[in-house]
Amino acid sequence: MKEFKILAIIVALVGITYYGIEPYAHHVMHPEVKAADFTFGDLKNVDTSLAGNIDNGKALVEANCIACHSIEKAGHPQIMSNADAAAAYGVVPPDLSSSGRIYDKNYLANFIFDPVSAMHLSHKYPVGGAKAFSMPAYNWMKPQEIMDVVAYLQSIAPKVAGKDAHKETFADACGRCHSMGYAKFEATTSKEAIKTYMGASAPDLSQHIKSRKEHFLHSFINDPQLLLAGTSMPRVGLSEKAQEEVIAYMEEVGDSKKAERESVGLWVMLYTFVFAILAYLWKRKIWSGLH
Amino acid sequence: MAEFKPANSAYEWFDQRLGIDKFLKVMMTEYWIPKNINFLWAMGVLLSVMFTILVVSGIFLLMYYKPDVNMAFDSVNYTIMQEVGYGWLFRHIHAVGASIVFLVIYIHMFTGIYYGSYKKGREIIWISGMLLFVLFSAEGFSGYMLPWGQMSYWAAYVITEIFGGIPLIGGDLVVWIRGNFYVSDSTLTRFFMLHVLLVPLAIIGAIVLHFYALRFPHVNNEAGEFFDFDKEAQKYLAGDKKSSKVVPFWPVFLSKDFFVLGFFLLFFFYLVFFHYDFAMDPVNFDKADGLKTPAHIYPEWYFLWSYEVLRGFFFEIAGISGKALGLMAFAVAQGVFFVLPWLDRSPMVKPANQRPYFKYWFWLLVVDMIVLTVYGKLPPTGANAWVGFASSMTFLLLFVTLPFITRAEAKKVGGK
Repeated sequence: MKEFKILAIIVALVGITYYGIEPYAHHVMHPEVKAADFTFGDLKNVDTSLAGNIDNGKALVEANCIACHSIEKAGHPQIMSNADAAAAYGVVPPDLSSSGRIYDKNYLANFIFDPVSAMHLSHKYPVGGAKAFSMPAYNWMKPQEIMDVVAYLQSIAPKVAGKDAHKETFADACGRCHSMGYAKFEATTSKEAIKTYMGASAPDLSQHIKSRKEHFLHSFINDPQLLLAGTSMPRVGLSEKAQEEVIAYMEEVGDSKKAERESVGLWVMLYTFVFAILAYLWKRKIWSGLH
Repeated sequence: MAEFKPANSAYEWFDQRLGIDKFLKVMMTEYWIPKNINFLWAMGVLLSVMFTILVVSGIFLLMYYKPDVNMAFDSVNYTIMQEVGYGWLFRHIHAVGASIVFLVIYIHMFTGIYYGSYKKGREIIWISGMLLFVLFSAEGFSGYMLPWGQMSYWAAYVITEIFGGIPLIGGDLVVWIRGNFYVSDSTLTRFFMLHVLLVPLAIIGAIVLHFYALRFPHVNNEAGEFFDFDKEAQKYLAGDKKSSKVVPFWPVFLSKDFFVLGFFLLFFFYLVFFHYDFAMDPVNFDKADGLKTPAHIYPEWYFLWSYEVLRGFFFEIAGISGKALGLMAFAVAQGVFFVLPWLDRSPMVKPANQRPYFKYWFWLLVVDMIVLTVYGKLPPTGANAWVGFASSMTFLLLFVTLPFITRAEAKKVGGK
């Protein structure tokens, strides 16, 4: 009994110390921010309840978008090399093949209407400022036309699932700026070009699942300004599912041994438990003759 | 030369040459430990096992680690963690083990303080133990730099910078330690050498001294009772095991230790596989960048209390800068435990709770060190800075007043 009392005191003291230096200190250093909003409810320029016309959307895309954007899936290949495209636009413009799949509908519509406000980058590209964002605002389009474009982009987006989707979504959503060295994936825009364009280099994301953790990434990708005010990283507008795919890919690359760790862990603990029980029985046998 | 008879068996052949029989008796079957003990007496064996685990896992890591600023981070986080079979396992065991070894050291240390196992002949046990604490600290600090993450770099930067506060030689000393004007490749390589060679060698030496120092004054017991070990051992050998106050190290004492060890390892492996963040700080998974200071820099948890004593003095007192005061307090904190046997003026060797005044001192020290540890991690702003100051002052005052408290206690109990 006395030994249990000693154990209880030690557990209590260690528990209090642990609480102070881990959960509590973490809470003080990283205060909770507003929950991630995957409806992008702050964007209200376009009425997204309008049903889009795919054919009209196709015509609008061909007239307005493909001068700069490739759409491999619809037969519009990239005409410049990545280096040339980065030199021309600052960053390699995205291929629009998967845009309808990975971006939230409301975000996409409002992005077309005004990219800078949708991305929360007004501090970098103020109206009338010296530096303008490479994509112009299409606020002259009627909401119906914007929704036609969105409907078209959604119709051509390829259906992918599982690990392929994880990698593809990462490449499309993040891979124009961010590399993933541990997966031998290199950003399509060169490091130097990004630095000139954004004013900061985009980090390699190989270990971000460990250095930032899922909880942080969940909020941060949804709206970077909330956790890192003034950052050059745009709000990219991923749907919840697409964001989960990105994080899953970061985990597959950054913590590739997770499954092995968890299964080996159980076996080692089971083994240790058997050892502890046997040791206890042996101890009882030996000490029984002593008291 | 002694005369050797032809041996009848391989065992006898070795016994003639190495005295195996005698050796096993001295080291194991007739090495006497008090019977009146609890599980806290298993911490020494736990620490020996943990040290072995750290050495073995460290050897595996050493086969792939590259002590070079351009390669270190990836050699750990990619090569070891992802490419090498079970490399992640050795890294997790090593990192979590390094943290947990300090938890056991603190329990071991405070067990010694609680039961008064540092005086009346046990001074060298205590001093060699404190020496081990300092060496383990050096080992922990040098090892933490090796993955070359952001916290490796900045903790190394801040801690080496501390030496700059020493008058006259400070600036040169910092450069001498770092091998450069800033934390750089030369710093990493020399800390690597310290971590894998010099400090482990010193630790092994200090462990030998620590174990040897136990031989003459013997291990303390739960009641702090002094008795004749030889007489009790005779009783045990004669078969009167029940009334004998001692048990042999093998198998009796170790059987209890293995039992404690089993449940301890269960906890340890739970941490290794499922709860390792406390020992592997997320910030350290960002590669070191000397141009980008992390928002919060803090050492590993086991250094927090002394780090807080350093930070606690943040304003000028009597014309001495806060920085200088903090450095002095820090120096005192590093050394004061060594002289504990002489600060305690009471002859009582009893559990703290049976000592009329010392018990208050002991529990106040425990509480104060927990407060220091927690506030050592929190940002030192606003009220936190004052809590830090108050707990640092409390820490120093506790040791200043200890001789008076224990002298009063000695008077009260009449020298018993």
